[in-house]
Amino acid sequence: MSDLHAHTVAYVRESMIPEQVAPVTERGAVKWMRENLFNGWLSTILTVLSLLVVFWIVADLGPWLMRSVWDAGSLSECRRIWAEAGQPAGACWGVINDRLHQLLFGFYPPHLYWRPVLALVLMIPALGPILYPWVPRKLIWFSAVYPFLAYFLLWGGSIWLPVTAAMGFVAGGAALVLLRPLGTLPATIAAFVVPVIWWIVAAGPFAAVMTQILPIGIEFVRSDRFGGFLISLVIGVSGISLSLPLGILLALGRQSDMVLIKSVCVIFIEFIRGVPLITLLFTASLLLNYFLPPGTSFDLILRVIIMVTLFAAAYMAEVIRGGLAALPRGQYEAADALGLDYWKAQRLIIMPQALKIAIPGIVNTFIGLFKDTTLVVFIGLLDPIGLSNAIRASSDWQGIYWELFIFIGAVFFVFCFGMSRYSMYLERRLRTDHR
Amino acid sequence: MKKSVFLGTLAVSALAAGIASAQTLEEVTSRGELNCGVSTGVNGFSAPDANGVWQGFDVAVCRAIAAAVLDDSMAVNFVPTTGQTRFTALASGEVDVLSRNTTWTFSRDVDLRFTFTGINYYDGQGFMVNRNLGVSSSTELDGATVCIQTGTTTELNLADYFRVNGMNYEPVPIETNAEAQQQYLAGACDVYTTDVSGLAATRASFEAPGDHVILPEVISKEPLGPAVRHGDDQWADIVRWVLNALIAAEELGVTSANLAELAAGTNNPEINRLLGNEGNLGEMFGLDAEWAVRAIAVAGNYGEIFAANIGEATPIGLARGLNAQWTQGGLMYSPPFR
Repeated sequence: MSDLHAHTVAYVRESMIPEQVAPVTERGAVKWMRENLFNGWLSTILTVLSLLVVFWIVADLGPWLMRSVWDAGSLSECRRIWAEAGQPAGACWGVINDRLHQLLFGFYPPHLYWRPVLALVLMIPALGPILYPWVPRKLIWFSAVYPFLAYFLLWGGSIWLPVTAAMGFVAGGAALVLLRPLGTLPATIAAFVVPVIWWIVAAGPFAAVMTQILPIGIEFVRSDRFGGFLISLVIGVSGISLSLPLGILLALGRQSDMVLIKSVCVIFIEFIRGVPLITLLFTASLLLNYFLPPGTSFDLILRVIIMVTLFAAAYMAEVIRGGLAALPRGQYEAADALGLDYWKAQRLIIMPQALKIAIPGIVNTFIGLFKDTTLVVFIGLLDPIGLSNAIRASSDWQGIYWELFIFIGAVFFVFCFGMSRYSMYLERRLRTDHR
Repeated sequence: MKKSVFLGTLAVSALAAGIASAQTLEEVTSRGELNCGVSTGVNGFSAPDANGVWQGFDVAVCRAIAAAVLDDSMAVNFVPTTGQTRFTALASGEVDVLSRNTTWTFSRDVDLRFTFTGINYYDGQGFMVNRNLGVSSSTELDGATVCIQTGTTTELNLADYFRVNGMNYEPVPIETNAEAQQQYLAGACDVYTTDVSGLAATRASFEAPGDHVILPEVISKEPLGPAVRHGDDQWADIVRWVLNALIAAEELGVTSANLAELAAGTNNPEINRLLGNEGNLGEMFGLDAEWAVRAIAVAGNYGEIFAANIGEATPIGLARGLNAQWTQGGLMYSPPFR
């Protein structure tokens, strides 16, 4: 073509200019910085300010962290090491080294540390089938057994206590299946009543008799030996796993047509949400003692777990109600049109969609619940924060401050960040819309 | 109907609680363990060591009681209590004795219905300042910023003291002792005020303790001692006289070193009565004759416990001061064992 025009128009080029690199302001790091950091005077100011803050933090914390001492038995030993090196004070991580077992397990007997560790390790296969679709479905049976196994590992004692407790659930399930031909309502009622009757009437004598016949058990560890992250995890994990089903039931109850169930649920939710968690914890630790007959030592950790669970369940119920409200009316009607009964409709159509919508809110509540476990410090339970006070009260470590908080914060961050990443994964996996 | 059943159950359990509270000794012996309320951590007074074993001056009192009653100084279940939960824990029966550097006051004794069974440490509120300030007396503190723990008697004492002396101050409210140290060292306040024992322990942990002075004035009386519930005088007597036995042992020269020798019998009748060789003191409150021997055997007499936990050889380094025996110019004075 160039030949054609060469003699006709003088200003038409004869050949292609060789490809040139883009101007320096439009490529590479410079372009990226122009677009992302210095895009206009406002963002330029913000960038400079942020850089100053980052620099200030690094300049302040960096040297402190660089002078870390790991191998010391007391704060004064740390100070001697710095003095010998002619340095100003740094981070004295010796306290973590010295008291790590206490921060993790509290006063749990050291020769039994394998039990909580094993319980934690077994939690992975137990959570697998619930959290990830590629895990074999058969493992769900292990998930069902896990709570009782974990109780047995953590507290020990006779094996028959968790076994009889589990048999209550089995009895409830059996009642549900056997009475189903009579209708949904009687089956549901029986599924609630039968286990309660079992636990109240038969479980105690049965466990006692079985312990006589087959005394299988491991060393019993009392609740007041629990502490540190062990207590946070026990309260957090049981609160999380119990509050979700309870929250679902409460959310459904609040939408129920049956006046009694509806009003009980509404009153419960509104009462719990109207009271601060710390009040409930004080009730659990102090007030209940006045009402219970003397001599009944109703385990403090158990009381706290119940209160934390009820608290989280009320919030969970409202989160799930939000998910339910977001479902179009047509979904309910479609379920009815298919001839599904109430529980089938909930299980197959309503809940999968409502829970999917509510995932961010649910995980939000979980993370909040896990972090709220540190509030037990106010009722004298030695969770990580409580233990940090106790550790500071020893002559060896008095005067140590940030190191303990940084360590505890880092561990909590790992757990909460993990939960938040999982929820994002779950949202991506369940995304069925066409955005 | 339901309601009346519920109320009835409540009434019965409240009644049962009232009856049962008069049998603490029986409960403790049948349980085989003493429930002792301590603080969640006060340096030198109660704190768990690296092995999870509670140590300290207040802890030693509970161990002595357990040894006297149960013959096992380790049969103590330490219940950590906070400033808010301590009194309810005692009143509700969760602990048998509260040994948690608690100040004996009129309202706590009368209104909260506790019996303070003696005083194991005479404390008082003081001030700590940086030496650079050049202050030598708390009367020179006009206009100072003061770090103070909120919701404590210290706060009220401080307000009273400054008003009486016609001075002004600016409070910096803080929550815990650890926080106070940070604030004080960072210069957020000129003065840190709390009990003198606490100030001494705090100062001992500083990088340069010599840069800080504890002012000579003590502005309040803080008699600290173990407390039990009203209504069980037998139990109160046991706690009271175990403490007195420790104090009297020091006065009479009974130490952990010569205890075995003296327990075999001496020519001092009071030592003989204390250690169960004469009379039947133990029997009078439902224990055996050897109770005081066991209590003293745990960690020695009062003076030895003091020296081991908070005395001048420890990092806390408290002088005996008011807590010396009355024969040494202090206030420690046990009624006679007769």
